[in-house]
Amino acid sequence: MKHTLAVLVENRPGVLTHISGLISRRAFNIESIAAGYTEEADTTRITVVVEADEIELEQVVNQLSKLVDVIKITDLTAMDAIHRELALIKVKASVETRSDIVDIVDIFRAKIVDVNRETMVIELTGEETKIDALCEVLHEYGIIEIVRTGKIALSRGPIPAKEL
Amino acid sequence: MRMTGAQAVVESLKKEGVEIIFGYPGGAVLTLYDALYESEYPHILTRHEQGAIHAADGYARATGKPGVVMATSGPGATNLVTGIATAYMDSIPLVVITGQVAVSLIGRDSFQEADIRGITTPITKHNYLVKKGDELPKVLKEAFHIAMTGRPGPVVVDIAKDVFAAEIDFYYPEKVELRGYHPLYEGDEGVLERLAVEMEKTRKPVLFVGGGVNLSDTAPEVRALVELTGFPLITSLMGLGAVPDDHPLHFGLVGMHGTYAANMATTECELLIGIGVRFDDRVTGLLEQFAPKAKVVHFDIDAAEINKNVRTDIRVLGHLKWSLSKLLDILRDKCDCEALQEQMRPWLSQLNDWRSENPLSYEARAGQVMPQAVIEIVDELTQGDAVIVTDVGQNQMWAAQFYHFKNPRSWLTSGGLGTMGYGLPAGLGAQVGCPHKKVVVITGDGGLMMNCQELDTVAKFSLPVKIMVLNNQVLGMVAQWQRMFYGGRYAHTNLEGRTDLVKLAEAMGVPGMRVTQPDEVRRTLQEALAMPGPVLVDFRIPSDEDVMPMVPGGARLDQMVMGGK
Ligand SMILES: Cc1ncc(C[n+]2csc(CCOP(=O)(O)OP(=O)(O)O)c2C)c(N)n1
Ligand SMILES: [Mg+2]
Repeated sequence: MKHTLAVLVENRPGVLTHISGLISRRAFNIESIAAGYTEEADTTRITVVVEADEIELEQVVNQLSKLVDVIKITDLTAMDAIHRELALIKVKASVETRSDIVDIVDIFRAKIVDVNRETMVIELTGEETKIDALCEVLHEYGIIEIVRTGKIALSRGPIPAKEL
Repeated sequence: MRMTGAQAVVESLKKEGVEIIFGYPGGAVLTLYDALYESEYPHILTRHEQGAIHAADGYARATGKPGVVMATSGPGATNLVTGIATAYMDSIPLVVITGQVAVSLIGRDSFQEADIRGITTPITKHNYLVKKGDELPKVLKEAFHIAMTGRPGPVVVDIAKDVFAAEIDFYYPEKVELRGYHPLYEGDEGVLERLAVEMEKTRKPVLFVGGGVNLSDTAPEVRALVELTGFPLITSLMGLGAVPDDHPLHFGLVGMHGTYAANMATTECELLIGIGVRFDDRVTGLLEQFAPKAKVVHFDIDAAEINKNVRTDIRVLGHLKWSLSKLLDILRDKCDCEALQEQMRPWLSQLNDWRSENPLSYEARAGQVMPQAVIEIVDELTQGDAVIVTDVGQNQMWAAQFYHFKNPRSWLTSGGLGTMGYGLPAGLGAQVGCPHKKVVVITGDGGLMMNCQELDTVAKFSLPVKIMVLNNQVLGMVAQWQRMFYGGRYAHTNLEGRTDLVKLAEAMGVPGMRVTQPDEVRRTLQEALAMPGPVLVDFRIPSDEDVMPMVPGGARLDQMVMGGK
């Protein structure tokens, strides 16, 4: 099963390497990892998506928690939470196909952020599955490149992850 | 107080009560060493950085205090890596201070630059790179705190060269505040209540004691638990010494070279209580079949150890001082311990049968010096009271099997990493920490050569370490596997050493002796142990003696091959 973990860490050089090193050394199955600043200048928040059974998940959480720079880990999987990923997709778009692609973009509530004679860049935010679906549909037009941020997640309600 | 970064390091070490530094100087730590000179700080100059770090490790294991190491940047720091990993695997508290190139040169492949922080990240409990003088006292305070609390471990503090010269305002913090580090002390009392109920019910329990007991200095609590409940006890390699080997309820070492009784007890027990153990593969044998009939209880301070290897039914988190004392209170309060001891009788008689069916034994060979006999006589002459420091290989296993440990922190061995070359320098460090104890190094001819330069250090500081070389002329443990599992094809395990070890020792200022006949063993050992200073004894033992019994890799514990007599 896939688990989404919010990992709050000290905003210090080397922390990301430490975490990714530990993950690879212990051979955990990580699907994505996304990091960024938070409401506190000295805290970085990393969202980790891991494929694991209960026992493996316990290991991931306990091993990561042991790192001195890891402040708190919250499992958002079973919680009421918003899960999002952002993707930029560069697709081939000729005069003939352009309007079809625009239709698709509308249906997915995506955005066109760049257009030129041969290509378009589409931006889509949503759950992973939605992004997968759009990529699949666009496939036949010829996808040139895709970049995805990896999932980020935030619980609903007033309580922040650090207090959950 | 205004002072330089280098002086701040010295002041911090004083505040931490550091008695001695093991180290080796170089360009990046010149200013630091100048501050040592100025303050006349006690320092042991080894002959190799690896020697320094194993010495600090031996000092820490023998005394319970943190070992402190200093080395220069680049090669000085990388020479420490094996020692850091050794300490990490066995949870030994070290504070390792390395010099780094100047801040402006970091990241430019400067002369003697190595990213020691990056290199040691997976083998340290925590590490730092200090680029600002003002951070120094706080970082050092944290480093000692992290190394010594919770599950202990090595901490590296890499300090840029110019930081040592920077002027700072020295203020040593009283307290450490780290948002992400709150080592557990007390756990859940309810769990212990439930465990007590299980313990009262059981008829076939085993207490399985590991290195955590030595590290947390809870040998008295474990002993009290054994005596209160009458439960039999077995230990991992790292748990030796926690309860005296000759205690009637001690059934010996479990695992690959464990006793028949301990391995059978593990296989047949219905309640296995692991205390400060990590269920290493050398202990469990075939993991799926480890303790197949048992409910497993796991006492540990590190939550990540629970369910890492063996599935745990009852977890007891917290410092062993807390959990074991609490458990003892509960048992004394609520259990009929006499009835419990009574209830143990059939199980204990089974264990005693196993013990007498297959005791640890060996076959003496006519005219040959037997390694096991050497250990037995060392044991007899020191009455189990020496600090035994080993290298890795057959010598290590024979020492574990045939020495009768009496005291905690009297058995120093590289268990987790299995580092050859550990013995001599670790013995040196242990002797520095325990000047009044008899420190006996048991080493192999292979392992001795890996750090033999430290003979010179032993001589220089007149450390009365007794170095016993079980010289079989081969990389014995590897050769044993080749003999047993590779059809006797001895690929590069024959050392055919040309070195005269007696002359080697003497060339470095350590008296040497040689024993080639069995009837010389006792007299030579008596003489060696009575000498006031260091000595090396070269015992010429057979090349093809095996460590027995043995559980072949990947086999179940009860599938052990017996050997011996
Ligand atoms: C640094 C290192 N290199 C290699 C090994 C693999 N190894 C384990 S035991 C052993 C043989 C040790 O030979 P020796 O020191 O003579 O001890 P003996 O087994 O003969 O007592 C070797 C090579 C190791 N444990 N450590
Ligand atoms: Mg040998």
